[in-house]
Amino acid sequence: MSQATVEQVKPVPPGRSPNVFKTTTPQQRKLRKQRKQSEDAGIRALNAKWGYLFIAPFFVMFLIFGLAPVIYSIFIAFFNWDPLADTQEWYGLKNFELLLTDDQFWVALRNTFSIWFFSTFPQLLMALGLAAILKNRFLKGSTFWRTMLLVPNITAVLAIAIVFGQLFGRDFGLVNLVLSWFGVTQHIDWVAHPLTSHIAIATMITWRWLGYNTLICLAAMLSIPQYLYESADLDGASKWQQFRYVTMPQMKNTIVFVLIVATIGGLQVFAEPLILGGNMSGGDSRQFSTLTLFLYEQAFVNNRWGYAAAIGILITVIVLIVSGINFLITRRIASEDN
Amino acid sequence: MTTTQIAPETPVARATAHGVKISRRKPKWQRVSPVSYIILGFVTFISVFPFYWMIVVASNGNEEVSKEVPTLIIGPRLFELLGHVFDANPLFGLSMWNTFFVGTLVAAAQVLFCSIAGFAFAKLNFKGRKLMVLFVVATMMLPSQLGIIPLYMLMANFGWVNTLTALIVPALVTAFGVFWMRQIIDAQVPNELLEAASIDGAGVVRIYWRVVVPLIAQSGFVLGLFSFLAAWNDFLWPMLVLNDPEQFTVQVAVNQLQSAYTIDYALNLGGAFLATAPLLVLFIFVGRRLVSGVMDGAVKG
Repeated sequence: MSQATVEQVKPVPPGRSPNVFKTTTPQQRKLRKQRKQSEDAGIRALNAKWGYLFIAPFFVMFLIFGLAPVIYSIFIAFFNWDPLADTQEWYGLKNFELLLTDDQFWVALRNTFSIWFFSTFPQLLMALGLAAILKNRFLKGSTFWRTMLLVPNITAVLAIAIVFGQLFGRDFGLVNLVLSWFGVTQHIDWVAHPLTSHIAIATMITWRWLGYNTLICLAAMLSIPQYLYESADLDGASKWQQFRYVTMPQMKNTIVFVLIVATIGGLQVFAEPLILGGNMSGGDSRQFSTLTLFLYEQAFVNNRWGYAAAIGILITVIVLIVSGINFLITRRIASEDN
Repeated sequence: MTTTQIAPETPVARATAHGVKISRRKPKWQRVSPVSYIILGFVTFISVFPFYWMIVVASNGNEEVSKEVPTLIIGPRLFELLGHVFDANPLFGLSMWNTFFVGTLVAAAQVLFCSIAGFAFAKLNFKGRKLMVLFVVATMMLPSQLGIIPLYMLMANFGWVNTLTALIVPALVTAFGVFWMRQIIDAQVPNELLEAASIDGAGVVRIYWRVVVPLIAQSGFVLGLFSFLAAWNDFLWPMLVLNDPEQFTVQVAVNQLQSAYTIDYALNLGGAFLATAPLLVLFIFVGRRLVSGVMDGAVKG
């Protein structure tokens, strides 16, 4: 990424034909060469058999515990499969048909996207803002701030969900107490309503991941060449203008990376709603049931393994579609800039 | 990475401060507004507060926090109330040991298997290498819950249900770890060194052990830490495959505290505190390394 960033600085659009780069600076040629070498040379003198031997543990383990279950899961999705009653009845596409007409599925889908929205975008904006503050080399105690930001990330979702469940409590929760200082005097029952419960869950996710994403953004910002800021400063650009016209364009790849990771993670949220509700139904009226929680409920509460497998496949399809859209949008933005 | 950058810039800033009037003020990009510190202080407060709150509740008891204006300071009954956790679940200590055991084993295995596979993918020359790297990246996109039912069936077939083996074996090596190590080795191990060692007659294993390992020790340590944290914090899978309290991991044990009929906040948050405290102690020692680990991974990602 750092290499890619250096190239973007130059007026020559990257990624066209290779001979464009023959006319660029020696530094760029060196970078290209290095990258190419590491991409396809390897150490030729070293024997190939060691390569296979070294990757063997990974591939063996992955085939048994990663790929085989996934493939078998696709197989199960075509059955009415109940482990307790020991039924394995061929269902064809019926699980998928049932799923698309299942209100609980649509509720879970809506909740998942709502939580994803509230947890992703405010977090990304805050991460960018914090990274912009931390980027300043003249900031005192920068190592301390960075380390403190990462503290939430090391803790278990379970412990955090328990604490936040208490903080968001209706009668004695601190969140309502703090809100009352600002004039919100009624006791909000956070868990009881769709929107408030989504905000509570999104808060947990944001709390846990903000520091991590800030560090990712910070690393990308630090790799932006300093001279860009110096020349912008000479041109009289304000801090905001520098952020908008120097930092942001250079951060495109990172923002997309953060968004994709947040989306994959966001579509798989289940621990927070599970703890908040105390069971797998996601609240009394399923107001914060998510797709993954719905999957687990069907699999391990209702013992509908075929149905649960179908939900898993649908989640995967949604993840792939959203990642694909993300990718296309990035490409589009990149080509518009050129 | 963080502190070293400050040094070379300062003399420059001083040098420009002599001479003309305009440059006596620091250039805009060198100034740190107090607002920055206020924001960072606030975010740090928010980051730390839930941990503090765990201790407040676990040291005051339910009566103190169930008031219109709850107490915000640590109370005197921390050890007494933490004792209740062990009363409610006498095996809580064993659960912590189980988790430590699983986490350590998984971390060690991850570092070994991911680093050798990463080394092969980054530096060794064999047929189908690029395709396999693509394959590894593609597998990272698959949601983990997709295969959870067959994985459970597999554990049942192997007779691993209700054993710690069910937690350890599937976690020994991950696609993410392999890809991460590949990126690290690609960036941090120069080909010239490997070639030189090879010309000197060192075999692949020797090169891995004497050249690659010393160069990537830091990153390997970070990968191990993250694997340990993941194993420590995982709770759905342990909850599914374990039902014997002697085999419980700490997260399952904490979750069991919850399933009482009345909500006992002091007990719940006491359990949460016990499950978190070891990580916080660990973090004091390794936090900075984790920060640089996250940032290293980011630049190359």
